[in-house]
Amino acid sequence: MRRLALAAVSAIVAMRAFAQEPGQSEREHVPPDPPQTRVHAMPYHEMAEMMGMDDRRRFGKVMIDRLEWRDGDSSIYEWDAAAWYGGDFNKLWIETEGEHVGGSSDDARVDVLWDRIATAWWSTRLGLRQDFGEGPSRSWVALGIAGLAPGFVELEAMAYVGDGGRTALRLSTEYDLLLTQRLVLQPQLEVNAYGHDDPERLIGAGLSDIEIGLRLRYEIRREIAPYAGVSWSKRFGDSADLARAAGMDTDEFSLVAGFRLWF
Amino acid sequence: MAHESARIDAQPMDRLKQFGRRRFVQGLAGGALLLAYGRGRALAAGSAPAELTGPDFHLTIDELPVNYTGAARRAVAVNGQVPAPLLRMRQGDTVTIRVTNNLREPTSIHWHGFILPADMDGVPGLSFNGIAPGTTFTYRFKVNQSGTYWYHSHSRFQEQVGLYGPIVVERRGGERHGADREHTLLLSDWTDHDPEHIYATLKRQSDYYNFGKRTAADFFADVRKQGFSAAAADRRMWGAMRMNPTDLADVTGYAYTYLLNGTTPAANWTGIFSPGERVRLRLINGSSMSFFDVRIPGLKLTVVATDGQDVEPVTVDELRIGTAEVYDVIVTPGDAAYSVFAQSMDRSGYARGTLAPRAGMTAEVPALDARALLAMTDMGMNHSGMDHSQMDHSNMDQGAMPKVLHAPAEAGPIVDMRTDMPNARLDDPGIGLRDNGRRVLTYADLATLGGPIDRRVAAREIELHLTGHMERYIWSFNGQKFSDAEPLRFTHNERLRIALVNDTMMTHPIHLHGMWSEITDANGKFVARKHTVIVQPGQRLVYEVTADALGSWAYHCHLLYHMEAGMFREVVVA
Repeated sequence: MRRLALAAVSAIVAMRAFAQEPGQSEREHVPPDPPQTRVHAMPYHEMAEMMGMDDRRRFGKVMIDRLEWRDGDSSIYEWDAAAWYGGDFNKLWIETEGEHVGGSSDDARVDVLWDRIATAWWSTRLGLRQDFGEGPSRSWVALGIAGLAPGFVELEAMAYVGDGGRTALRLSTEYDLLLTQRLVLQPQLEVNAYGHDDPERLIGAGLSDIEIGLRLRYEIRREIAPYAGVSWSKRFGDSADLARAAGMDTDEFSLVAGFRLWF
Repeated sequence: MAHESARIDAQPMDRLKQFGRRRFVQGLAGGALLLAYGRGRALAAGSAPAELTGPDFHLTIDELPVNYTGAARRAVAVNGQVPAPLLRMRQGDTVTIRVTNNLREPTSIHWHGFILPADMDGVPGLSFNGIAPGTTFTYRFKVNQSGTYWYHSHSRFQEQVGLYGPIVVERRGGERHGADREHTLLLSDWTDHDPEHIYATLKRQSDYYNFGKRTAADFFADVRKQGFSAAAADRRMWGAMRMNPTDLADVTGYAYTYLLNGTTPAANWTGIFSPGERVRLRLINGSSMSFFDVRIPGLKLTVVATDGQDVEPVTVDELRIGTAEVYDVIVTPGDAAYSVFAQSMDRSGYARGTLAPRAGMTAEVPALDARALLAMTDMGMNHSGMDHSQMDHSNMDQGAMPKVLHAPAEAGPIVDMRTDMPNARLDDPGIGLRDNGRRVLTYADLATLGGPIDRRVAAREIELHLTGHMERYIWSFNGQKFSDAEPLRFTHNERLRIALVNDTMMTHPIHLHGMWSEITDANGKFVARKHTVIVQPGQRLVYEVTADALGSWAYHCHLLYHMEAGMFREVVVA
């Protein structure tokens, strides 16, 4: 009996809902006619071309993070630059860093890497590194990660394996502190460590050297920023001993000035 | 409120030259100098947009030399005009629109908000093959609806460089909300930069155009206000997420000069009325990337329609119009001049014009409001002690939200955040408009007359998340770019519910082609019928759709560069 009453009530409710008069919008709405023609089925690249819309497009960027002069006994010019080309997931990533002392190239490195995004903030990097300059040149296989750590700290950590079982680690990190919308203070840190001695390149096993920089740049445009700052570097352990033996300083403090550019 | 004497912007040229930056933002006082040679047709500066009356139209698309800021540029124009001419149609007519492409590249025109056969919708690759250079395509469809709409290119970035115009469809039997006079107010964002370069720049440095970021000085100001630990905790929280609370617009006044009816703020477009008249203003946001907060100091705005659909009149001081949205408002001005003030959501600039009983009058132009900061509520997170929101939360919670389900792809590398506690917030005017002392329109104020187009209860629900990665400038639905996603499939004639959950920190205008989006409140009750729906950060917005339009349709974010970057889906109704 109760079940019957319930059924009756729900039937009435349902009927009322059904019997509800169509509103003015429903009476006036006219569904469109079916299309007379259809676009032929096509692969993504053809559709992207036709739409003039392509979320797989590749871009490139050249970044000269540091192109700078350092004060010292002899004038030293230093560079740190990178370039990438590719899509959202895979990029060819090339970076180079080094210094010229008195016209001769001294300690330079080029990495050619495949950058593949792995997580929201990190990508993996795999490729080759070549060292040039003083002493014999060295070749390495490179493997590492790069990305944005919490707190907007840019970080790159690379491990290298070279001929003769040589190994190396390199960590570089930087942070942009906005003093104004265009005046930016950038602390920067780079650490190098090696698994084996390489006396011909003044490298000893273990922690080899640290460089800390603090640069203040003014972005005339985002892409063009002159800067000035300070840099301090220090060699450690066997690397320091090798440098001393070669008559070089093991730590160095310098004023720097240069340009940061990208396009 | 209106002061004839307070001339703020309409400065002579020489005065403007003293302020290069100012000139750029405000544009030339001389107006959009449409230097017309060749096939372009001359248009007097500041004149009313040309109007064409149907049912037969012929539109010719050409490049046109223009100069808005002192720099010569090329726009894409329709019949020699930017914006394109107003098309006036009558409800019930079958219109024929021939479009001739004189460009060196393909083009297309999409009739935004029109319910029409899929092959007339104007999206290359989905509706048709586009309009090749040197050819003419004929659109023909029956206009069953009425109201204010607009049209724009759906090819590449042509919309950014001028191919947009208004459409007015006159209602059979007369307007529900009568007026003595009407003006169309079409807002847009002109740039002297090449849009291809803007997009590439966003890919290279996504915060390139944001000159409102928080600085060290802001930190010390916060320390003074909140104490060191609160200020530091706030920076830590944003830093941990690697999110920027000032990210309100991807492209800003740094690159944009905001236009009203194709006219710069300095050139001051003026609409004439007779005192005491009821004036209907047809507000269209035809910009590529900009949200505008519109008000007319001294006048109440009575909103009578949105997206062409008549609503129960509601009177406000201000409204936010998202990219591609449309509002019709009625004002009753007295014997004075009034500024139409449309500031961009990030407060980096404004479009401006004047309503006046006589030409040459001006009124005071308000200062830009302060920039707002995104708060935890904007991310659909639990409001903790560090919430800066000016909002009153007590009236925000409209019922318990269903559990959020993130698609597997959202765990992937192209999604930078996920909202776990989205809220309905239909009564939230949005970031930067909360508690500003003015009565600001919200979606909760809208009530479309005549009810929904379909009484049926939605038989199923699709939950779609708006996702992205700001730093990498990748935008998507459910963590999948268009190129990686299968089409969404609707069954012909089904009534379905779409729940959009905004997992990003940006406000997105979402446009479903071919079918109406009928917004419902948290209780499932019909609110408003729209073609473009703003979804705020951390919001779960629900609308119902009747899939009565066979064919392939575009479904996308109407921020042009978000669409390009992947925030686009194909919808197939079969």
